[in-house]
Amino acid sequence: MGIDLRLPIGLMFSAFGLLLAGYGAATHGDDMYLRHSLGINMNLWWGLALLAFGAVMLALARRGRVRAGLDR
Amino acid sequence: MRPQPHFIDYSIIVIYFGFVLGIGFVLKKYMKTSADFFLSGRSIPAWITGLAFLSANLGAQEVIGMGASGAKYGISTSHFYWIGAVPAMIFVGLFMMPFYYGSRARSVPEYLKLRFDEKTRGLNAISFAVMTVFSSGVSMYAMGKLLQLLLGWNFNFAITISALIVLAYTFLGGLTSAIYNEVLQFFLIVLGFIPLVFLGLKDVGGWDGLKARIGSDAMVHSWKYLGSPDTNPMGVEWFGMIMGLGFVLSFGYWCTDFLVVQRAMAADSMTSARRTPLIAAFPKMLFPFLVILPGMIAGVVAANSVGPNLTAKASSLEVNQQIRLAAGKGIIPPKLDQSGQPVIKDGKVLLDFDLATPMMLVRYFPSGLLGLGLCALIASFMSGMAGNTTAFNTVWTYDIYQGYINKTASDQHYLWMGRMSTVFGLLISVAAAYVARQFNNIMDVLQLVFAFVNAPLFATFLLGMFWKRATGHGAFFGLLGGTLAAAAHHGVTLPAGSTPGVKGGFLGVVLHHYPSEMAQNFWTAIFAFTTCVLLTVLISLLTRPRPEEELKGLVYSLTPKPKDEAVSWLQKPATLAVIVGVLLVGLNLVFW
Repeated sequence: MGIDLRLPIGLMFSAFGLLLAGYGAATHGDDMYLRHSLGINMNLWWGLALLAFGAVMLALARRGRVRAGLDR
Repeated sequence: MRPQPHFIDYSIIVIYFGFVLGIGFVLKKYMKTSADFFLSGRSIPAWITGLAFLSANLGAQEVIGMGASGAKYGISTSHFYWIGAVPAMIFVGLFMMPFYYGSRARSVPEYLKLRFDEKTRGLNAISFAVMTVFSSGVSMYAMGKLLQLLLGWNFNFAITISALIVLAYTFLGGLTSAIYNEVLQFFLIVLGFIPLVFLGLKDVGGWDGLKARIGSDAMVHSWKYLGSPDTNPMGVEWFGMIMGLGFVLSFGYWCTDFLVVQRAMAADSMTSARRTPLIAAFPKMLFPFLVILPGMIAGVVAANSVGPNLTAKASSLEVNQQIRLAAGKGIIPPKLDQSGQPVIKDGKVLLDFDLATPMMLVRYFPSGLLGLGLCALIASFMSGMAGNTTAFNTVWTYDIYQGYINKTASDQHYLWMGRMSTVFGLLISVAAAYVARQFNNIMDVLQLVFAFVNAPLFATFLLGMFWKRATGHGAFFGLLGGTLAAAAHHGVTLPAGSTPGVKGGFLGVVLHHYPSEMAQNFWTAIFAFTTCVLLTVLISLLTRPRPEEELKGLVYSLTPKPKDEAVSWLQKPATLAVIVGVLLVGLNLVFW
């Protein structure tokens, strides 16, 4: 109904991914990774993963739109 | 010290709020009729209703409660999924959805009216409406308490902001809004908890490392020790587990609770409606890894030296020292009483297992990821509230208001009433949250009463759908009798180590002691179910049956089997059910 849900999902997780990956890159080597995440820069890596997920969702939404356009 | 969320963490939460509200605003213009508002115009594709079906139940109580249970009982907690939820989901998809969706009933109580009579519907509608607003209140209270404890947020602020956001998006976009946000929440929980499980498992050395650290074989096997209640940490034996949890309670919840069934009713076709629970079953099967493992890990890892230390709940130094003496287990802190002292029972410190999962988040997530984890938790609280609210406003408007108060108003009037009931439903929930905060016992009693009401429900639906001879009188008195049987059974039994009261034995005599509360609950359900079946059958045979023509589309033997032409064989409900079933057996064997 109304909107293709893949669009907001894709947008939101892309935004989260950009934020986390950017923050991870800026804080690379920070103490907090040693304290919390076993020395792994999880912000950077998981941020990239979220970005990839968001991009896939956006691509699916786009494909859906193109298909709907062809049907019409 | 408390974890200090940074700007980045709050940004993530604020962005999430923005998307949630945005979806509500965009959907507003599509809400033209009451069917749009309450049933999403029956137009939602199966993958969305499927994820929402799963997610509506995945409130924070589930996420936190399963973590707590994992910490307490270990991998046996997976029974709630692998013998509980998933078989019931297969059943509702294959066998019950044809009647819910096919009868065009707009709610579960309305199905009862079509199949049985007005009084059975009234009983179900009223008890359900009361239950949902209170559950929503309990969910709010739990969230307020957790955010206060974990982050030092103001309780009133946490309740107000979450209630306002839920109100805004359900008011604007109705069921569609709730469903869309449930899907958003599903992805948040999954993507927010995968890194948690990854880091936790890596820290303890994988599943084998976790097994070694837990050091109790019974905590890492789900079936092996179920032969006798004395050998497993849950204190339950296999029969109570399979019949009580697996059959009566799980089927009762997944097959009759309008909160979840409403999601499938919003699907765009019969095939989609039947596929809804089956699509939900796939991720549901894997959820134990996301929600139970963190709890198990929390019990065996050490706190990080500089990181958050929840034992400093009340900030005074004195309390800190007290608690340091009474150390928790792993990173699970001890339970604190009103004055901030650890609770000690039988010379042992009681642990606050509900904090196992939240503590894992603050233990393993650096700022940034912490925002994502908190956002996932907040999202699950809010979608739990929204799910209850949309189920409530539908049952209120269609089954109570249209059913008994104003039968002949225009559709626009019912749409307006739906919006109004969203507002007052949430207001009652907020009030309930404060009652829960003041008087914990009242909520315990209420939840107990709800459990009595729910216990026999599945029997009524089972007989209603598969036995054409079942009558309205039979169903109504069967339900009442089942509820009374549940109360009576609870009233004369007691779990080991409890005193008579809310835990049972309130009828003055204790005829039987159960090894655990869980065993008592499962057997209460078994008694209620059996009583309901016997009474319904007996009374039905003594009363006049309804003519068969009236029961077409409502009873199995009088309804043509649904056909699924629109999808490929791989996507047919039956194929999905077989795949889910095989995977399920596999999972049970791997963790046997």
